[in-house]
Parts: sequence; structure tokens; C-alpha cells
Amino acid sequence: MNPAMNSALNSGLNSTAGMAPVATPYFFYGLAALAVVSGFLVITRRNVVHSALALIVTLLSVAGLYLMLYAPFVAGVQIIVYAGGIMVLFLFVIMLVNIERSVKERRFNSMWPVGLSAAGALFTLFVFAFAKGRALFPDRMMSLPESSNTQQIATMLYGDAGKIGPYTFAFEIASLLLLVAILGAVIMTKKKI
Amino acid sequence: MPNMIAIWMPNFIMSYLGSTVTPGEAGSQFWALIYVLIIFAGVSVAVMSMNWLERKALAHFQIRLGPMRVGPHGLLQPIADALKLMLKEDIIPSEADQFVFWVAPLIGLLAAFTVYTVIPFGPSQAVSDMNIGILFMLGVSSLGVLGVVVAGWASNSHYPLIGALRSSAQMVSYEVAMGLAVVSAILMTSLNEKGTGTLSMIGIVRAQEQQGIWFIFKFFPLGLIAFIVFAIAMIAETNRAPFDMAEAESELTAGYHTEYSGLRWSLFMLAEYAAMIAVSSIAVTLWLGGWMRPFVRLLHGPSWDFIFSLFPGLTFLGLAAIAFVGVLRMPAHSFFKIQKIGLEAFGGLLGFIALMLLVIAIAGRSQDPSIGSRLNESIGYIYWFLLKVAVFMYLFIWYRATWPRYRFDQLMRVGWKVLLPISLAVLIVTAIVGVLVA
Repeated sequence: MNPAMNSALNSGLNSTAGMAPVATPYFFYGLAALAVVSGFLVITRRNVVHSALALIVTLLSVAGLYLMLYAPFVAGVQIIVYAGGIMVLFLFVIMLVNIERSVKERRFNSMWPVGLSAAGALFTLFVFAFAKGRALFPDRMMSLPESSNTQQIATMLYGDAGKIGPYTFAFEIASLLLLVAILGAVIMTKKKI
Repeated sequence: MPNMIAIWMPNFIMSYLGSTVTPGEAGSQFWALIYVLIIFAGVSVAVMSMNWLERKALAHFQIRLGPMRVGPHGLLQPIADALKLMLKEDIIPSEADQFVFWVAPLIGLLAAFTVYTVIPFGPSQAVSDMNIGILFMLGVSSLGVLGVVVAGWASNSHYPLIGALRSSAQMVSYEVAMGLAVVSAILMTSLNEKGTGTLSMIGIVRAQEQQGIWFIFKFFPLGLIAFIVFAIAMIAETNRAPFDMAEAESELTAGYHTEYSGLRWSLFMLAEYAAMIAVSSIAVTLWLGGWMRPFVRLLHGPSWDFIFSLFPGLTFLGLAAIAFVGVLRMPAHSFFKIQKIGLEAFGGLLGFIALMLLVIAIAGRSQDPSIGSRLNESIGYIYWFLLKVAVFMYLFIWYRATWPRYRFDQLMRVGWKVLLPISLAVLIVTAIVGVLVA
């Protein structure tokens, strides 16, 4: 058997070489660039539907970044909730707006200074966090094995074997807040219930 | 050199057949690519044959003949249609939003085909097994609605816009009931010693294997009710009759794809049928035991395994018999000579496949790991999975032929006031029963 055939054999399923990391830095740079460029398009397009589509691309590339951090559950939730659910509702509402008029209309107030200063403040915060980050953040990635990622998140949120998880209280409070928001929305739209 | 290939090929095939994990898990890009190509080709062929079957079955439901001219019994009709659609002029309306109009069908197609990465045709016959399998499937298939919505908007025309609005409202409402039904099935996967469930598609089927029961029969009738909720919601999700409000031809001409023509229109059709197969696969995986053969606990043992492994070959034998009955029933006029030869050749091909499958089934009887037995096993898995999916595909046609279209307010009422409370109640009761059993 010649070496070429040998290597072809080894590329079969039974290769015991172990899993080579697919997620190289190039993926990160690609996804990050995609997120930044489409995020920029969100605020520069005059047509709102184009902005919404660019926002979907941003959300999907952020989901890709989550996958690179070995957080598949968060990535899946990002796709199902933001890209799938919320953006469809966005588009639903936007389509009812008369876009042709809003494209042609001259803007009568300029928000550039406010937006720029907010973006600048956020950027400074990020630079600060990046510079001083070693003290603020753990020095290595949290290792949640990909094969049991969902199960581990569940343990953190709901606890395991009768014990309350570290985030159970915060999680319940957050879900209560969402319930209040839903009730508020119903009451606002329906005067008589 | 030929000698070496003779040694190398079986080894190479064994390296795939002998594996117990998916290519994604083994980290083998080569086999993953092969799987992706096979699935892509298979889904395209399935969509074409589904197109033929739908026209034929609908026609027979209405006591018509359906396509009869192109090929024997219209068998070549989908190919002729595909050629026609590809050659047609690709019209983009001048008032449409050019780029969005162009990209909309691709969004739907991409979403419909991406979900096939996690569909388990067998314990190792999937491109990859993700920890978040079912979540990934629901999430990515919910992106398909973006294609519909965006197409309706970009057409810059009244009917498509109304179709898109209806479609988005419908999909968002039915997704809720669908998700809750899925969660109640996922709850059932956690009924093991460890008490840990799973979202992985392969894991869900393995849980049914372990518990020795399809989840549709689990906690009767809870599993059945959840399955029915899902089965109704999945018709609404794929915009099929009787819930095809987005393309209601009597009200909206053709709904969201009114302005589309040629290849771009056919991409919408391809995406719709691919999505139908994908949601049917979800239903099969969650409730109907995926790749498991029926009566796996009741009728077990090598002899029963052998009898069930004859089914793929017998199915093709039956199809071949149908083709030859068609040959016999052809009019004895010389006009039908070529058609007759064509149908005979088709029947012969089916018979040859049947023969091959039967030979594999008989040769692969033994349990020891040889190519024959492994092949036999894999064919069994894929056959039972595809058979269950095929039943769903036929049901889709049957529904379309049977029920009148719902009105939009009725559709919303069913979604929010009937399916959602039922699925919520089933979820809660399933959780309670699960805790009591464990």
C-alpha cells in the first residue's frame, strides 16, 4: 500500500487521530468583520428593511462567534430567538411603514453627535476593559465540554440533585420580569379584559 | 494496481460502515463532504419525485389522470418542468427592490437545506450530531420565513405583501405551539437513571431505543396529543394546505411568489418541499422512533431481524410489480411502443434494486461485522427512517386534497386558542407524570 492510499484510509471515520480544532482564528476574523460591517450597514442604510436584513446578518455572525467559544446552546438560542423570532416581528412591523416616503423625506433632526459620543464612550469602555481585563476576567476560557453543554447550563440554572444552582434566583427573577412585561403589553393593548 | 484497489476499496468502505459515530463527531471532513453531497442529491431527487407524486395523487383524488404525456405515466414530467423553469427568462420587476428580490429565494433555500446536517438517518448516518440538535433544527428552519417575508416585500406589489404578512404572522404563532410540543417530547428523553435529557437528534432516538417505546405511545395519550399538535403546527409552518394562507391562489394569485418566475420561482418550490421533508424528519425523530424498525421490543431476535431486513427489497419488488402492471395495462397501439419500453426499463431498474437489496439482506444475515452485515444494518436504518418520512409526505398531499383552506382568523384562533393551551397542558402533565414515574 502506498502512502497516499494510507492517508486516504486514515481520513476515514475510524481515524483515531482525534478531533482537530476546526475553529481557527480566521473564522473569528471573518465572523467579526462580518458582524462589524453589517452592523455599520444597519445604521447607514436609509431603507429600513435593508437595515433589518443587515441586522440579521450581524446576529447570525454573533451566533457563529458563540459557537467558536464552544457555547452551542447560546448560539442556538441566539438564532431561534433573535434571528428567527424577533427579526420576523421587526420586519412585520417595518413592512407596514410607508418606506418610499421615509426614504425620500429629509431628516429634520440630527442625532449624529449623540450617537457618536455614545459610541465613543462604549469604545473607551471596551479599550479600558481590554487593557485592564486581566484582573477583571478569568484568565482562561471556562471549559464546558461541547458534548454536554446544554446539560451543564441546565445544572447552573436549575440546580442538580436537590441543590439550587448558582443562577437559579437570578433566572427566576428575570423570567418574572418578562412575565410582567407580557402582562403590561396585554393591558396596554386591551382596555377591557 | 487493480489488485491493490481490490484490497483498498473494501477497507475504505469498511472504515465508513464500521464506524459508530457520525463524520462530524469523528472529525472527518472527507466523509462529511460525501454525506452532504449525498443528502443534497437525495433531497433534490426526492423533491422532484414528490412533485410528480403530488400531481399524480391529487389528480387521482379528483378522478383525473394527471400528467400522462411526458414519459410513461408522466414519469419524466418533473425533469421536463425543471428544464423549462431553468430556460425561462428570469424577470425582475423594475419597481422591485433588486438586491432583496434576488437574495430572497436563496435565504429560504439555505435555511431549508442547512437543517439536513443534523437529521439522523441512522445512528451514524448523519452529517453531524450536535448537542443542540433539535434547537438548531427549529432555529434554522424558522429562518426560512425570512425568505418568504422578504420576497413578499421586495416584489413591491400588493398580493405578495399581503402573502408575506400573513405568512409571518402565521409562522410566529404556530412556532409557539410547535416548540412546546417539542419540549414535552424532550422531557421524555430524561426518563433514565441519570435523569438527564438531551437535545441531540441521535440522543433522542437513542432514548426511545433505551426505553423500548416510541414517544408517540409514551404516557398514552400524552405523547400522542403532543404529536398531533406538532403535526398540525408543521403544516402551518411549511405553508401547506389547508393552512396555505400565504399563497392562497383564490385570494392572492400566488401569494408571496406572484412576481417570481423561472429558476427563482423553482427555488421557492425546492425550499418548500425540502422544508416539508425536514419537518417530517423532526416528527419522525421525536415521536416515531427515527431509524428504529417497528415492534423492536415485541418481535426481537435474529429471525425477526432477518424478516424485517427483507422489507426494503420487498418494497422495491412491489414498486417494480406496479410498473409491470402498468406495462400490461398499456393500450396495444403502436403509439405507446416507446412508452411501454420506457416503463419496462423503469420496472426493470426497480426490480434490479430489489434484487440487490434482497441479496444484501440474505448475505448480511450474520451478526459478525462483515461488509454485508454492516451494509444490511445501514440499509435497514435508512429504509425505516425514509419510510416514516414518506408516510408524512403522502399525508401532506392527502391533506391538500381533502380539506378546504382555513380563513385567516380561523387559522389564528386554532393556533392561539386551541393548540397553544393544549400543548401547554400536555407539557405540564408530562412533567408531572415524569416526576411521579421517576
